[in-house]
Amino acid sequence: MSVENNRNVGQQDYYMVDIEDYPESNWDQFKQVVKRTFSTELFVGLWVVLREMLKFNIHTVKYPEEKLPLGPRYRAIHEMLRLMESGTERCIGCGLCEKICISDCIRMETKIDENSRKEVSEYSINFGRCIFCGYCAEVCPELAIVHGGRYENVSEQRAHYSMFDDLLTPMDTFKAGQQKEFPGFGAIIPGSDESVKKTPLAY
Amino acid sequence: MSEITITIDNQEIKTKEGEYILNAARANGIFIPAICYLTRCSPTLACRLCLVEADGKQVYACNAKSKEGMQVTTSTQNIESEKRSIMEVYNVNHPLQCGVCDQSGECELQNYTLEVEVDSQNYAVPDVERKVLDWGHIHYDPALCIVCERCSTVCKDMIGDNSLKTVPRGSEGFNTDYKESMPKDAYAMWNKLNKSIIGLTSGEQMLDCTACGECSAVCPVGALTSTDFMYKTNAWEQKQIPATCSHCSAGCQIQYDVKHTDIENSDDKIYGVKNEWNYVSLCGAGRYGYDFENAGVSKDESAFNSAIEAFKKADTIKFNSIITNEEALILQRLKKKFGYKLINEEARSYGNFLNEYKKISGTSLYSGDLNTIRDSNFVVSVGTIIKSDNPNARFAFNNSMTMNKGAGLYFHPVADPVVSAMSKNMKAITHAPLQEEVVLYLILDLFANKEELPKEIVDYLATFHSTKTITVSETIKEQVIEMVVDAESGEEKEVKKMVPKKVSKEVEVDDNRLVEILKIDAFDEFMEKQLKKKDTFSLIVGEDFYTHPNSRNLARLVALIEKYSDFSVTIIPPRSNSLGVSLICDLDSEAGAYAVGYNEVADFTLCALGEGDLDMPAFNQQEGTLTSINKRVNPTNAALSYGGYTLNDLASALGVESDLTIDYTSQLPTAGGFKSTAFDDLSDHFTNAGEEVRGYALNVKKNKTSNESVEPFNEDEALAGELIYYANPVKNFSKFSQKAHQLNAKGGVFVSVARLESLGLKEGDRVTVETSTSKLTTSLYVDNQIDGDIAYLPNFDTKLNSEVLFNGYRFNNALIAKVI
Repeated sequence: MSVENNRNVGQQDYYMVDIEDYPESNWDQFKQVVKRTFSTELFVGLWVVLREMLKFNIHTVKYPEEKLPLGPRYRAIHEMLRLMESGTERCIGCGLCEKICISDCIRMETKIDENSRKEVSEYSINFGRCIFCGYCAEVCPELAIVHGGRYENVSEQRAHYSMFDDLLTPMDTFKAGQQKEFPGFGAIIPGSDESVKKTPLAY
Repeated sequence: MSEITITIDNQEIKTKEGEYILNAARANGIFIPAICYLTRCSPTLACRLCLVEADGKQVYACNAKSKEGMQVTTSTQNIESEKRSIMEVYNVNHPLQCGVCDQSGECELQNYTLEVEVDSQNYAVPDVERKVLDWGHIHYDPALCIVCERCSTVCKDMIGDNSLKTVPRGSEGFNTDYKESMPKDAYAMWNKLNKSIIGLTSGEQMLDCTACGECSAVCPVGALTSTDFMYKTNAWEQKQIPATCSHCSAGCQIQYDVKHTDIENSDDKIYGVKNEWNYVSLCGAGRYGYDFENAGVSKDESAFNSAIEAFKKADTIKFNSIITNEEALILQRLKKKFGYKLINEEARSYGNFLNEYKKISGTSLYSGDLNTIRDSNFVVSVGTIIKSDNPNARFAFNNSMTMNKGAGLYFHPVADPVVSAMSKNMKAITHAPLQEEVVLYLILDLFANKEELPKEIVDYLATFHSTKTITVSETIKEQVIEMVVDAESGEEKEVKKMVPKKVSKEVEVDDNRLVEILKIDAFDEFMEKQLKKKDTFSLIVGEDFYTHPNSRNLARLVALIEKYSDFSVTIIPPRSNSLGVSLICDLDSEAGAYAVGYNEVADFTLCALGEGDLDMPAFNQQEGTLTSINKRVNPTNAALSYGGYTLNDLASALGVESDLTIDYTSQLPTAGGFKSTAFDDLSDHFTNAGEEVRGYALNVKKNKTSNESVEPFNEDEALAGELIYYANPVKNFSKFSQKAHQLNAKGGVFVSVARLESLGLKEGDRVTVETSTSKLTTSLYVDNQIDGDIAYLPNFDTKLNSEVLFNGYRFNNALIAKVI
């Protein structure tokens, strides 16, 4: 299991930080000020930086060349996934994401298509309003709308929209097998199969 | 029926003797689950969910009648296991794609599955292929259907079209082990369910009906939906705006389903109409004619100023009765202040009819309404093509026959196969136009109390009676003696036998010449059979009477029927608010030199259709009240926004000032029976007991009566030859209903299939229609919902000016010829 997928609290190597008590009386506060003014705490810090610099042990992430790995529950710009088997879009147009959206930034239109199925004809998310709460991904019964990892949202205007086609996995990406199953919000919990009661079938 | 007390789950409730337990429980807020039962329709016993225990016996609450002191328990262990199994069965093979179902959660299958807490399935049966069917305006997905039969029940018991029925599903039987393991009622219900599916009564392709769409409204799941609405939006996205349907005088309560237009346009749009189908049934115009709004209107100041100029110049205001009470009052106030002549012919003739009627009846308004029709068991309809003049009157007529074992008579010159097919106990009589008086005299003759009826009328009626001798054949049993040879002993024996024998004998019978004039065959036999056990009578009279040359006499005859017989009379207002207008406005007969028209073409036209000189709001953009056939003042609300000027703005600029149109609601004339209730104090709902808490009922006032003389009729007046009639087809009432995208149709001359053949023309041919008053060129259309030779011309199409062909009365002689 990779680090970012380790959700088991308590297995990581945590330790308590030793923090001094806050001064309570005026006299204690005065003592703290005097102590901090005349002690060499500043030089301790400067020394640590100098030491690490000389050892070339640098932790700074060189963004944008370098990006941190994202946790599985990270919620950035939405993606619309395709069915793994057929490549058709997963969205069935049920409208639950539109309904549940607490910042009212999703709007969609549906119609009947030539195969008498429900089809999404228009779909937009207003990213100027979206608060990335993840409810849409969680409520989606088809795991069609999910959160992706694109968190860079530079736009010329405050309200910028994405339409269905912008969010949908491009066909070439899909054919190259690069559409990843989403493990985050709304994804099937491991072991769900065991909790399902089976329905008898008479065929 | 007497009031009794029964006990349901230790709660004492009062109800009427013979009321179904389910209705008694509902009226008192006790919940008994039921899917297949519809209030006002007969119990079908399809779902069996309403099982209760009454006095220790398990019964169905929807068809078990209450008796004094009855002890009812809604839950026992057995009932709970039945319910659980029934709900499991309903879920067998039901698709799980609730996300794309048009019922979108307003689903009784979902609700009851959760209510009964079904969390696992014990039963299975192989499914058969159930293909999606497109029946024109209705879309049927049998895979979703749970065969509760609500659609076919409402179609038969309420609407009267009888277009849907259960048909075999073609499935194999299921595992017979279930018979042992399942609860009894659940098994029986499944056995029936698995064999049937909903199909069409006639034809295979298209639903042949009056297209009311009530079947889709009552469907508890998403099996029956409006084809136009398919997958457009979800129920939860829509806001419901309570309103009153403005298309006809029935004043049905409706709810507009409103949502933003699309992803770019946040303005509201109406997506459909809902109704409280347990208490209100809609016709096709009410259900599908909703998008007639005057869209995209802004305040056009120059048009407004020229309207003010026009009002200053004008001496006449022309309008029609598709108007709220408040606006009618504004027009009346304008008349008072500036002396305008108010011209509204159809409301004036209706008002005159009512005025003449009250001179004899002694009450300001007629006694009946749609509810009394529904509750009666003998209904007579005269002078109205009921299915298109007021569909709800037809529903009430039909409902009285199906639910009260009623019977009825339908008198109209235009033969109507739809009405004729409503019941076997109804006789549809086609008489010649201008013979309506004969019909009323016949009703007086048959039903009036001759001891109280003025003597001149009794004497007049007696002149039509004579005795005649007719030969009737009857079958009697006669004893004959036969010689039979016994097969064993060979002896001959005498055997007595009864054999039926036909004999004819001569009897003296009363001969009623009124029946003869109307050319009704087998009338006496019909009446003898159908009048048994009838005690509540309703008479419906309609629009043919108000413009009839002898309208005054007809009104007096109707009043005599009301006064001297058991009939309660309902006088159908010809347009949406003709009753209100006739009570509020003093209408004039002669127009002046310069007229302002409100939704009527005039020198300066204010129009809600977007075609006039100044735009006005349409009915779904206004609030106000409407007076219905039920003598009620019903509130309606604005479903859509409107950016332009209203009549109130014009009146305010002219000096009849008020902030809002609805400020006039409390000022409606109490002399006409209105109450001084403010608009915001009007409620608009039905209680669980079905009581209508909508607006208020008009006060019916008593007035002095004058002499009761009536004129004799003139038999020779009857119109003969080629005739045309002034009427609309089913579903279209006016220019407003026609503007709705689902009802958009072209006007023309409509004929029956038989007439089309006898004319030797094709549908769509251009024809000229020529009468004594005018001549029109238009297209020929076929209406398979009429029979006989009378063609009709509608007024819903603004491009067709059919009223010029008529001379007041709705019938006229006309020649139809092909344009060469």
